[in-house]
Parts: sequence; C-alpha cells; structure tokens
Amino acid sequence: MKIVVCIKQVPDTTNVRINPETNTLMREGVESIINPFDMYALEEGIRLKEKHGGTVIVLSMGPPQVESALRDALSLGVDEAILLSDRAFAGADTLATAYTLARGIKKVGKVDVILMGRQAIDGDTGQVGPGVAENLGLPHVTEIRMIEGIEDDGTIIVERLLEDGYVRLKSKLPIVLTVVKEINEPRLPSLKGKMAAKKAEIPSWNHEDIEFDLQRIGLTGSPTQVMKIFTPPKPSGGKIFEGDVQQAVTSLLAELREAGIPIGQQREEGSRNG
Amino acid sequence: MAEPIRIIVDKCVGCGLCIKVCAYDAVSLVDKMAVLNERCTVCGACVSACKYDAIVIERRPFKGQDVESYSGICIFAENRHGALSSVVYEIIGAARELKVSLDKKISAILLGEKVREMADELISYGVDEVWMMEDSAIGDFNEEIQADLVAKILLDKKPEIFLGGGTIIGRSLLPRVAARILTGLTADCTELSIDGDNKLLKQTRPAFGGNIMATILCDSHRPQMATVRHKVMKAAEPLEGPHEGQILELSYPVLKPRVEVLEFVPEEMDTVNLADADFIVSGGRGLKDPKNFSLIEGLAKAIGGAVGASRAAVDAGWIPYSHQVGQTGKTVNPTIYVACGISGAIQHLAGMKSSDIIVAINNDPSAPIFNVAHYGIVGSLFDVVPEMAKQIKG
Ligand SMILES: Cc1cc2nc3c(=O)[nH]c(=O)nc-3n(C[C@H](O)[C@H](O)[C@H](O)COP(=O)(O)OP(=O)(O)OC[C@H]3O[C@@H](n4cnc5c(N)ncnc54)[C@H](O)[C@@H]3O)c2cc1C
Ligand SMILES: Nc1ncnc2c1ncn2[C@@H]1O[C@H](COP(=O)(O)O)[C@@H](O)[C@H]1O
Repeated sequence: MKIVVCIKQVPDTTNVRINPETNTLMREGVESIINPFDMYALEEGIRLKEKHGGTVIVLSMGPPQVESALRDALSLGVDEAILLSDRAFAGADTLATAYTLARGIKKVGKVDVILMGRQAIDGDTGQVGPGVAENLGLPHVTEIRMIEGIEDDGTIIVERLLEDGYVRLKSKLPIVLTVVKEINEPRLPSLKGKMAAKKAEIPSWNHEDIEFDLQRIGLTGSPTQVMKIFTPPKPSGGKIFEGDVQQAVTSLLAELREAGIPIGQQREEGSRNG
Repeated sequence: MAEPIRIIVDKCVGCGLCIKVCAYDAVSLVDKMAVLNERCTVCGACVSACKYDAIVIERRPFKGQDVESYSGICIFAENRHGALSSVVYEIIGAARELKVSLDKKISAILLGEKVREMADELISYGVDEVWMMEDSAIGDFNEEIQADLVAKILLDKKPEIFLGGGTIIGRSLLPRVAARILTGLTADCTELSIDGDNKLLKQTRPAFGGNIMATILCDSHRPQMATVRHKVMKAAEPLEGPHEGQILELSYPVLKPRVEVLEFVPEEMDTVNLADADFIVSGGRGLKDPKNFSLIEGLAKAIGGAVGASRAAVDAGWIPYSHQVGQTGKTVNPTIYVACGISGAIQHLAGMKSSDIIVAINNDPSAPIFNVAHYGIVGSLFDVVPEMAKQIKG
C-alpha cells in the first residue's frame, strides 16, 4: 500500500502572544512546527503501513526551510519525504496549493491513501484537502475520526464527524482523507528514527521537475487576493464582579437581563426549531 | 521567474513595521532597509502594514472567466434529514443585504431526495429563483456527487457570487467546486459586503485563530465563492407578504457514488450540538475533577444550554472530545458563552471569541479570559456556578 501524507509547516501559534498595546501578533521566539493536525495524519499513515505494509511518503510545499519539518516527519518512521519548493510556488492560495500538491502526488505514482490535516492553523481554511481530491479526480472525506479498516479488496471504512453526530462511510481506494485530533495519539520520534532522518536525502522538486501549468501555480494561479489585513478591535474590557458570591451572581444576572439576554426564561420553551 | 513581491528601495524608510506584522519571520532590516528572505509566503500582511507603500505584490493573474457574463447572488441550500440547515437562513440574511447594494436576484441551489417543500420555504424567505434537482441518487453525505452537480449548475447559470455554509459539509463541498471550475474561495467568512467602486464581494475572515482578520477579493474569476461562518450573520426572517419566486427543476446525470453511507449515528443533541446552541456553559481544568462536570451540566440545564470544555479538560479524559471548543475543537457562536475555570488560552479563544456575550468565572483576576469577557465574576467556580444555577432556577 502506498500512502502519501501532506504536511504544512506553520508558525507555532501556541507561543504567539498579542501585544496588548498595539493589538498585533508578537512573534518573538516563535518557531515553525508541523501543523498540529498533520501530526495526526502522519501517525495514521504510519499505523496504516504497520498494519497493511507498504510505504509512507510525506509531501510538503513551501520554502526550503520546510526541509526541517520533513526531517521531523522522517524521524517518526515515514519512509520518504519530498519537498515541492520553488519561488514560482510562492503566494499560492488554496486553489494553487491544491493544484501543486496534486501534481506532486501524480509524480509519486499510484497512491492508495492520501492523508491530510483537517485544516492548517495559520490560514484555518481546510480547503486544500478537497481541492487535492478534485484535482486528482478522487473521492474525499473530511473530518475523519477513525479508520475502521481496509479490506483486501481495496475498500476502506471510516467514521466522519458531523455537527450532530457521525457517519460511517465505505469507499473504494484510492481516496483523500482529512483527519481530526480524535483519530489517534501521535507517537514521539525514536532515536533510530532521528538518526535515519538526519541522513535521509530529501528530493526537492521545482516547476521544471514536474509538469505544471505555469498559469496555475503560485501567486499567478491564485484567484483570491488579500486586500487588507487588520487586527480585530481590542476588547473594551468587561464588567467584572468580585466579593460576595451571592451578590455578584445577582448583579451579573441583572446585567444580562438588562442586556436583553433571556437567561433562565426560556427553559420551558424546549428546543429551538429551524 | 520574477519575484512576486518586492521592496521599493526609494520608498522604504526602515521603520520596521513590516517586521512586526510578519508571522513567518521573513523580513529583516539590512542597512536600514527591509529585506525579504525565502521564508516569505507572499501573504501580504506587510503590504497592508507599510505606511510608505514601499512593498508591492506584482500579480499577473491567470485569465479567469468572462466576468461580465456572470450575474446575481446564489446560495447553497444545504439540507439534511429532510430540512434546511440552520446556516441557510443566515446565508439568505447575508444575501439579502448584498442584494441591497448589488440589485441582482438571489438564487438557491437545492439538491436532494425530497426537497420540493424546502423550495417553497426558500422563496418565502426572499429567494427569487430556486434551482432545484430532486433525485434520490444525490444523497446527504456525498460531496463528490454534489460538487459535480453544483459545478454544472454554476457554469450554466453563471451567478457572480456563490455562498455556502461554513459547516462540515459546506467546507468540504465548496473547495471541490472551486477546484473544478477554477475560481477563488474564501473560507469561513464573518463579514461580507459589496465594494462600492467595483462591485466586488469583500470577504472578511479571521485567520491565525482569530488574531488577525483579512479582507479578501476575487476580481478576475467567477463566481466569487465564500463559505460563511455559522451563527455569525443574522438569520433572515420570512418576508412579510407573498414573494414572487420561481422554481426551476433541473436535471443532470448523477455520478455513480464511490463513497457509500453505511449509517448515521446521531449524538445526544441537548448536550453536544455546540454548533447550533444558543447558550453554552464550558468547563476547564479549574474543575479539578471529572465529577465536577456535573456542576457545569447543572448550570447548562438551568439556562437550557449545551456543555462545552477546554482542551485541558478533554485531554484529562473528563469529557469526550466532541465537547471541545477551540482551535482543535469546535468553533461556536452562541448568544452567551459561560467559561468556568478556563484560563483563556489563545487556542481556546479561537473557538469562542465571536460569541455574542462571554461570561468568565475564574478565581484568578489576571486570567486572560477576562480580556475577552463582557462580564466576569472573580471567585471560585465551586461557589459561583451552583449559585448561578440556583438563582436562575429561582
Ligand atoms: C495546537 C494546539 C491546539 C489547541 N487547541 C485547543 C482547543 O481547541 N481548545 C482548547 O481549549 N485548548 C486548546 N489548546 C490548549 C490551550 O493552549 C490550553 O492549554 C487550554 O485551553 C487550557 O485549558 P484550561 O483553560 O481549562 O486550563 P488552564 O489553562 O490550566 O486554566 C484553568 C483555569 O482555571 C482557573 N481555576 C482554577 N481553580 C478554579 C476555581 N476553583 N474556580 C474558578 N477558577 C479556577 C485557573 O485560574 C485557570 O485560569 C491547544 C493547544 C495547542 C498547542
Ligand atoms: N503547502 C502545503 N504543503 C503540504 N500540505 C499542505 C500545504 N498546505 C496545506 N496542506 C495540507 O492541507 C491541509 C489543510 O490545509 P488548509 O486548507 O491550508 O487549511 C493541511 O492540514 C495539510 O495536510
């Protein structure tokens, strides 16, 4: 079985703080990490390989320093890593990113499962997974919380999270899946893995190595343009009650009712329709 | 290949504003001049921040569709289990506002097995034309099939704007459609408006877990597509009086499904359906012990709301993941969000910051949750939460 996992390197927003005066991101000391959701995709890819045999290939598009993220993935037990890197890819929106990744996957050859994260924590879009599937002409399922199993005849059964429950779905391989955190507990790198990762050769493909429609990559291939980036208005500071609990609660509830919140008044109405 | 972004040497004064706003550590000052390094992703944050117009992005957009031939606002009428999804009313609300500036008709794409009644309902809410396809082969959870149909309808009908819900289905379907018809798609918008000059759709959305906002345009491709964050825009009310609307029955071949639904397993609605809840009470590590979640449940019950949790509480195994609110959990937009024993880490805020009213209960007055809370009580949740439940129940 051939499994491709797409990972993105993102700034570690855990350490991002907001400068309270300017209300801008303070990025000091922020490292780059593998997008947290992609860690679950990697883990799931490695588990599938452990169970069914085959190879796991990790793929990322980005500037040259993304190589470090690929080495981190290799240290977990991934077999091969490929970097798609070219200044011509820069500025890609989700449409161009999906196209570029799909071309990369096409060059990898016949693939059975493509795993991706539910979304990247920098852009928070979640659009690349379905986009890759469309570009490859494959089915896709998002928000996978469990892969129940893969049969010998090449069918896969998965559980997909929805707002109001989950669905169990069956599909033929190949397929593109995007995963949520619930799916597994990612492993830590082993010493052996780290050593292997250090030595591994990571090929870097540019627009000459793969057949790309140059109209469809990078900034040129991106229909969306950012017109303006701004920080949301600073919160004005709320009303805080302290001291005697009973009094504080009474004052709070009075404020809420004054603000028009029907708190405690609609208990009997039952659930809302529509 | 030419660099897509560059610094205009004559204009840069070396003020360093661009360095502050760059999330990728891609700008530095060399000899008092901004210099970009290879980390740059051309995201455009520095271009917006520069007061001297010294950074420019040069785009040579690939030729899009014939923009002039597209007209009108179309929405995706997501439906499931025989009813329109609640986000649809919100998108109609947004579309009606856009119609005021654009003066074009509103259409809706309605697909499914038995959807005829929904078509009438859409019209009563102000949709002018329903593009309906009734076919039992379409299925509720098959985005490959639905995307194929939606793409065909959009190419035939040519609306200039196409909006879908920022729901799990919407955020899976629309990217597939955009990739098929090669147009731009903006995810999870919290604000939509029409630019006065060029009549383009201005799409505003949070990124980096809500810490920055971006306004996005799609000028050379059609339709301009966006998903709309659930529960941010005001739901439309039915129009007063009758509304003239048309139902067009369409028929296209339906793809053979490659993904097959085995079963749908509903979650216990009253406690978990956070995405739809108007009231949410959430508990965090401050609860100390799983059995104390009963306090949260008690208050949730008293106000008729759902139970949420921070990741710390979920990771500790106190409550299932489906309750987690935040960047790696659910995004919620209730009328009121009560955070109990939650510090307000940036990843948690990402999931609940746009709630209408945030109430924080925390014994640490310096907890960051108080920075976003509209109301707060500094005190122990073990005293405050039961007292609140008691007073509400009266
Ligand atoms: C990639 C990534 C993604 C993440 N995604 C999420 C996410 O989706 N959702 C999420 O929630 N977190 C997420 N986190 C984790 C986040 O960074 C925080 O660790 C987490 O939100 C903390 O949860 P907490 O507020 O419950 O716990 P703590 O930060 O430990 O806060 C507990 C609070 O309870 C208060 N307290 C203690 N005792 C009492 C008492 N008796 N009465 C009242 N108050 C009391 C304390 O003062 C404190 O403020 C993510 C982290 C990473 C790295
Ligand atoms: N540049 C990239 N390289 C590799 N994978 C990516 C890239 N961008 C996005 N992805 C994948 O697509 C998923 C969704 O990303 P996004 O649509 O940007 O939120 C991520 O979790 C990754 O698996």
